[in-house]
Parts: sequence; C-alpha cells; structure tokens
Amino acid sequence: MGGRAVGRYGGTVGSEVGEVSTTDIPPYRPTALPPFSIIGKPLPKIDAAAKCLGRTKFADDIVLPRMLAAKMLRSPHPHARIVSIDTSRAQALEGVKAVITGSDMPNAFGILPVSQDEHALEGDHVRFIGDPVAAVAAIDEDTATQALELIEVSYELLEVIGSIEDAVANPEPQLHDYADDGNLHKLVHLEFGPVDEALERAHLVQEDLFFYEGSTHLPMEQHAAVAEYGGNRRLTVWSSTQTPHYVHRALEKVLELPRSRIRVVAMPNGGGFGGKSDPFGHELVVAKLAMLTGRPVKICLTREEVFYCHRGRHPVIMKVRTGVTADGTITGMDFESYLDGGAYGSYGVASVYYTGALQTVTYQVPTYRFRGVRAFTNKAPCGPKRGHGTPQPRFAVEVTLDKIAERLDLDPAELRLKQLQPADSLTANWLKIGSMGLRACIDKVVEGSNWKTCFRNLPYGRGLGLACSSYITGAGLPIYWNSMPHSGVQLKCDRGGGVTVFCGSTDIGQGSDSILAYIVAEVLGVEPMEIAVVTGDTDLTPVDLGSYSSRVTLMTGQAAIQAAGRVRAVMVGPVAGKLEVPAERLVFAGGVVFDAQDPERGMSFAEAVALTETATGTVGSVGSYRPPKSPGRYRGAGVGPSPAYSYSACIAEVEVDPETGIVQVPRVWIGHDIGRSINSSLVMGQVEGGVYMGLGEALMEEMAYRTNRNVTHKWPSMLEYKSPTTHEMCDVTTYLIEDPDANGPFGAKEAGQGPLLPVMPAVANAIYDAVGVRIDEVPMSPPKVHRAIKDKARGKEPRFGPSGTPTVRWPEVTYVPRPVDGGDGKAHPRPEPAGTGG
Amino acid sequence: MTSEPIQITKRPRKIRGTFLVNGEEHDVTYPSHKTLLEVLREELALTGTKHGCELGECGTCTVLIDGEPILSCLALAQAYENTPIETVEGMADGSDLHPLQEAFVEMGAAQCGYCTPGVLLAAKALLEDRPAADRQDIKDALAGNLCRCTGYIKIYEAIELAAARMRGEQAEPAREAFYGR
Ligand code: FES
Ligand code: FES
Repeated sequence: MGGRAVGRYGGTVGSEVGEVSTTDIPPYRPTALPPFSIIGKPLPKIDAAAKCLGRTKFADDIVLPRMLAAKMLRSPHPHARIVSIDTSRAQALEGVKAVITGSDMPNAFGILPVSQDEHALEGDHVRFIGDPVAAVAAIDEDTATQALELIEVSYELLEVIGSIEDAVANPEPQLHDYADDGNLHKLVHLEFGPVDEALERAHLVQEDLFFYEGSTHLPMEQHAAVAEYGGNRRLTVWSSTQTPHYVHRALEKVLELPRSRIRVVAMPNGGGFGGKSDPFGHELVVAKLAMLTGRPVKICLTREEVFYCHRGRHPVIMKVRTGVTADGTITGMDFESYLDGGAYGSYGVASVYYTGALQTVTYQVPTYRFRGVRAFTNKAPCGPKRGHGTPQPRFAVEVTLDKIAERLDLDPAELRLKQLQPADSLTANWLKIGSMGLRACIDKVVEGSNWKTCFRNLPYGRGLGLACSSYITGAGLPIYWNSMPHSGVQLKCDRGGGVTVFCGSTDIGQGSDSILAYIVAEVLGVEPMEIAVVTGDTDLTPVDLGSYSSRVTLMTGQAAIQAAGRVRAVMVGPVAGKLEVPAERLVFAGGVVFDAQDPERGMSFAEAVALTETATGTVGSVGSYRPPKSPGRYRGAGVGPSPAYSYSACIAEVEVDPETGIVQVPRVWIGHDIGRSINSSLVMGQVEGGVYMGLGEALMEEMAYRTNRNVTHKWPSMLEYKSPTTHEMCDVTTYLIEDPDANGPFGAKEAGQGPLLPVMPAVANAIYDAVGVRIDEVPMSPPKVHRAIKDKARGKEPRFGPSGTPTVRWPEVTYVPRPVDGGDGKAHPRPEPAGTGG
Repeated sequence: MTSEPIQITKRPRKIRGTFLVNGEEHDVTYPSHKTLLEVLREELALTGTKHGCELGECGTCTVLIDGEPILSCLALAQAYENTPIETVEGMADGSDLHPLQEAFVEMGAAQCGYCTPGVLLAAKALLEDRPAADRQDIKDALAGNLCRCTGYIKIYEAIELAAARMRGEQAEPAREAFYGR
C-alpha cells in the first residue's frame, strides 16, 4: 500500500489540495493569561476514581455473550520456511469453532507505508521465535490451547541472522526482499556542513564507541483484543492499542473490508510506552475469527507472547567523533549508529533516523554528519519505546561530553551551559527550535544537588553525574503521507450545561482524556467533571493519530482549544444580545457567562447554551490541528521536526560497591522544561515515571538472547527480565521549568518521554565520578562495572564497552547546506574541497 | 481430514464451592483446576482484579485472604472456598471511597491504573498491620507489586497521606509532590 489514502474514485484523499485548511479560522487565544482557573492545577484525573475502584474496563475485562477464546500458534524456530501446515486434527477437536493460517489472511500490513512486511499469520516464512503461524477459536481457552497442539507444521530451517555483524556479513538468506541491501533494512548518510574540515581543525577530537542494549516496554497489562462481527455486517474490534486509527487501516487492508464497516475501540491501556503502537497480528486474527464464526472472539496474550510482540528499544552500537575547541566548544560531530532491528520493519525506518536527528537540538553543533543502518535479524521486532531512537544517541553524546570536560578540565555543567542551542533558532539539520528552557533546568539541578561542592569531591565509591536531553512534542509529519489534520476534536454542548468532547486519542495512563476535559473546561469556564470525554472510538470520534511521539497533549489540546473557541464564538452573540453587553466583554468562568465590567450581569453556562440553541440550533463544533511545516526539505527531513521541543537536565547520585560492581542510585535531581503544565501533578507523575524507566534501562533492563546463534529469548518472563521494584527505585527531586512555547496549547510541551533520556548517561557519568571507570554500555550491570574496576586495578583501560563497529558500505552522502550556508533546506552537491566521507 | 471428532483428552472436572468475597457468599460451579484469579474474574465477573503474568511475578493479581495479601494467580481456587476474600471491589463503603482510594485519586497515584487494585490491597493490609508505617515499611510491603508507570513515588505519597488520615491526623499533600521544587 502506498503512502496515500486512495479515494473511491481513484483520486488521493487529503493530498495536496492547496492551502484549503481548517486553520483559516484563527485559533482561540486565551484572553486571560495566567492565572488560569484550571490550567496548571493538580486536579485529579477524570478517570482516577474508576481506576481505584477497579471499575475501569480494560480489553481483557470485556465479556460478550457466546464469546469464544482465541489462541495463536507461534514458530519455535528463528528462521524457517513453512513447508506445510495441517490443521485438520485441530479442526476436529470438540469445541473448536475455527482454525486459520496464513493463507486465510494473505495481505501484508505494517505500521509504515514503506515496510508493509508483516502478516497476521505468516504463511511461508517465519523470521523469529514467536512469529505467529496459525490461530484457533474455541469455546474456551483450555480447548483452544489444546487445539494448538494438534496443528502440525513442518518447517525447513534457514540460516539464522543473529546480529548486526551477521546481517552485514550475510546478505542471504534475506529476511525481506525490500531491504536497502541484503539484510540491511535501511541505510542513511546525511551531512550538514563540512564536518571533516571542522574535525581536522579542532583542538581535540574525542572518539568514542558505545553500545546500548535493547529493552522492552513491559506494560503491566498483557495485550488483549475482542472482535465481534454483527448481523449488520459491521465489524467491531476492542483492543489495548495506542493507535486505533492505524489498527483501523490495517484491518481494512488485511480483511478487505471497507473502513466504513469497521469500528475500532481503543480500550484504556494498562500501560503502553510504545509497545501497543503497531497494529498486531492478534488484533487481525480475532477479527477474522469473529467473521468466520459469527461469534465474538477474545484473545489475551500470555506474558511470554508480550515479549515476542516486543517493538522495544533497538540495541544500538554507536561511534561518535566530536571536535571541540580548547574551551570545549563543539565544532563538529560525526555520528554513526548501527541498529539491530529484529525481524520486521515496524517503525524501524523512523527509528534509524531518530538515532541521528536530535543530537543538534540541545547544544550548538555547527557541522554534523550522521550515518545509520538498521539490520534485520531473527529476533523479536524492535520499534518505538519511550524516547523512540533517541535514548541511545543521547547516552553517547552526554557521556562523550563528560569525557571532553574531563580531558579539558572543565566543569561538565559549564561546558554545556556555554553552548546551548538558542531559543527560536534553526539547527544545522534544519530543526526549528521554539522555547528552550534547558539553562534553567541545568541551574536548578546544579543548585539542588550541591554539584559545585560535591562533583569530583565525594569519597571513593560515591559520585555525581550530569546529563541533559531534549525530545519532540509530537512529530511534524504523519506516518502515512497526507495533508489532513493530525488531531480532531468534536464538541457537543447540552442544553443542561454538560459538554461532551469527542476525540480519537487514546488514554494509556498519561491522562490524555483528562487533558481534553481541562482544556475545554478552561476555555468554556466550566468544571472538568461536567465534561464527558469520549475517546479512541473510530465510530464516534474524529481521527487522532494516536498516543505516540509525545504528541497528544499538544495536538489534541490545540484541536480542543479550537473547537471550544468556536463554540464560544457561537455563544457570545445570543448571550451578548440578551445581556445587552458588547460580545468582547463576555467572560466564561465558574460556570457562568458574564460581563467583565459588571459581573452581576450574567447567566449560567447552561442558560447560555439553551439561549444559543434557541437562536442558532444545536450547539456544537469541531476543531483540528496540523503541525507547522518544517523548513527541512531533504530526504530524511521528515524525522526530527516537531512543533516544540522539551528539555531536561538530570543529576544522578550513585553508590558503587567496588567489590561487587553493584551500582545503587539513591537520588536523582531532574529539571524538566514543560513549557506550561496543563496539570502539574500529571507532569510530576510523567517525570517520575520517566526517571524510573530510565533507571531500569541504566541498571538492569535487557532484552537478551541466548544460544542458537543468539536468537532464543533469554528471559521471556517478568521474573527474569529485571525491572526496578520499590527497592531499586531512587528518590526523585523534580523541578518543573515553564518556558511556554508558542506552538503549545497554553504553551505546553511534552513530559511523557523526555525525562527518561538523561537518566542513563547521568548514571554513567556518576559511576565515573565514583570509581573512575567508564561504562560505555547500557545497562550498567554489576559484572560490567566489576570488570572495569578490576581492569583499572590491573593498569588496563578503565572502561567497559564495545571495541569496534561493523563494517558497512555507506550509501552516497546526502549533503545539506546549513542555514548559515544560506541553504534552502534541500540537498545539494557537497562544495569543494570534499571530505573523506565514509 | 479426520472424520471422527477428537475428544478432549482430559475434560476438566467441574466442582461446586462457596466463595466469600467482599462479605458476600457466592455458590460457584467451576472447573477444578481454576485459580482464584480465574474464578474471581471469569465466574464472578469481578474484573477489578488484574493479571500481568499469571505466574506470580508482578503482584497485579493481589487479593486479601483474611486480610493478608496473596497472589490470586498462583492460588488454586479450591483452597480458598469458605474463606474471607477481599478484592478491590470491596474496598469502598457504598459510594464512599476507602481513604487509600481517596488518596490515590488525589495524588495521581494511578496512571494507567492497571497495577492499582493490587497495590491498594497490599497497602491496605500493611496499614491494618502497621498504622504508622514509614516509607521503608511501604517499600518493603510493595516490593512484590510492579508498577511500570509511576516510579512508585506518587504511590508512596498517597499511602502516607491515607495512613495519616486513617490515624485521624489532618494531613494534606506536600506542595512539592504536585508542583516540584
Ligand atoms: S498475575 Fe502476575 S503475580 Fe499474579
Ligand atoms: S499505574 Fe500503570 S502500572 Fe502502575
């Protein structure tokens, strides 16, 4: 399927239609700047009580009459051809209602238009242990499980690709024939300004190698989905998904059923973190089984299967060469990343670009080169996990800067402060920065941690480390090419004073339903609890692209402001007429619409709605949001642009036991530039949760494989996949910095992903401060730390980390003149003298 | 094609038993191998009790037996017939939330809310045992309940707030918990 939505009459839907845009109507600008009545307040979430009462229905809590249970058979081999599948014995088992295989659902799907490489059930080629090959619907789970054992699959084993090095060395057997080169899925080579010349002239070139191990989301809720095919020939799928819109599209493609006859309902997610952002085979399978059996069908994956769904953090080998002047000012950076993508494309093309995109947005990097490759390997597919593709390079950049500060005898905080990327600027790779509050973040954590006194001065075994980061607040471009809004909101005002907000967004625990209520309540001057919120239902709600890339608060927020502003605009006429005051003097606050100059003159919001309904008919509106166009025009410029960038600075304190290599993190100080808090308590929760997840990656989380050419999952269980419990979690001191961004709703930027990013490098830098060894690898688990300490004692290099990179033939460079070169954002031939390239 | 239908090899034997859940008696006919988690969720439709692994690894399925937390996914239902069982559905008093639930709502201690029922019950057992539990006691009591969203911090703060109120103190959340420093 191409990138464009093809209309019924052959034209492309929502493609370039000139500048006919819903944004022609100017957005509502809050007249009352702070103080706000609701924005910023630590109000409870609108769904908090239901969650605490156990009443929130998650996907697996759905029970429908005559519902069947589904189970999927998965490949026990990492790489094989399917020679034959015999399902006859399973079909004959009492209680089995349907058995399907790949031939029942031959159409490919995938999250990105450029990598439509998955099948609901693989028909002839399995690519990792856990790849689904058949599915059963039966009267109960026990029967379905038993039926799986009766399915006979014969496989012809293929050579296994177990690592990036393997993929480089073995173009055959190919996992996917659409790869850029053999088993190298995607190769990228970008350069902005003359990097080699900058490095040649540098006072110092710091060269480092890093490895960042893969990790998984581990949402507490196992993925589940229920499907029902009604008598009216409409299909409904309820699922624990972060992206109902993309599931909708995948169902249409695989089932060959028009989207107008499919309803996808995103249930509240019991945690997502990016792990429920792809359309999954099991969602398609239950739909197909429901259509075949005429009965509702449910599947709930086991925890082991959740590990196989994965789409988690890519393992990445990185090489970074950074040129600096004598005072530590960066003059150029040459960055290489090598991603182990696992068996399918998923978001992988975006992931490669993300490992190279955001290096430039924190500190000024005047010349920059990025080379990246993503390999296909016979392991569970990697994809987007909280921070998508950016924690790995951020780890590399922040540790390398720490080493530079050490070599030049500079304070790492000072080194960073003197070269911050300015607000309202363009980076070398054409990213448009708006508000930039990193300075205040650094100042806060430096002060709070007593950095000036303690750094490099704590007793052996204790240390402090600093690192910073930045993250996008939503991606500038949609996943499939179109010019439609990224987010839509519809409002309905009831003559009783209630307001219903409809939006396609999905609450994965971050509180996006509540954010809609707060924003509409602020604009219309009512209480959030008087607002009903209907979300994530393709029958009822306008499209929102989904809960990923930290886009929801900004994009749905702007759409909600526009919708509420339009309702207000309709209401002011009749109300002003009735009250006999000028429309512009009307204030909506406290459930009342009144005259700013004579607050006694007013009417309740409910009366105002009734009056408007009498005058103009049913009261409602729509709003939508599309990000601003980005100035980058080169191939690859689609990844990195965002309406706004959040910033974080973090200092970690560690205690390292040199005898065992065990690292403990008693406390973390973190400053986060949120732009503006829509609800400060929810922001605090996101920051603390981000620190927690970063700490897990720093110290212990590993999606590790073993034996059989390193492709059998080592630990597909929560017991063995170590994640922080209450005993490992650190204390967190949080500073919220509000540097409002013109593109954010009320100035808000993201909080869901950014605060995770600086934690891992801060811990690494603190370990160095504590015991003088560099752990250039994540996680920094005890054996690695112990080994480095031992090496140091033996006079060897006091470091644990990779020693080389795979040898890749890079493609021709895409050379992009920078804004300072007078570039136009497009690629051009590199001016003479040419650099050495790769 | 196999012509004869294949019989289920071991058809699960159904048994009858009485479960005392949240002070109510339920007579249930259920397959004898079912766990307490399955009986609660599937036979009694008490879906407030969650599961994250069904292997005893995450604490999400915590319920109270005689006031003590257990993992219902590892508990054979038969062993808990005629025993007082408390689930999250039994915590509130009519429409009034339990002080722990109240504090969780107030502090934002439930993000996705999936670990919340198990955490609430583990906390309830702790506070019944030790009304003056300190932060370390809370960490110890919750060490078997994984939460992937909150970093546990809002959970600690909510339990401390509820504990103080349950002791009759006038407690309010700390400003830093909501706004940072
Ligand atoms: S479901 Fe995880 S411990 Fe019971
Ligand atoms: S609130 Fe989501 S797992 Fe605890």
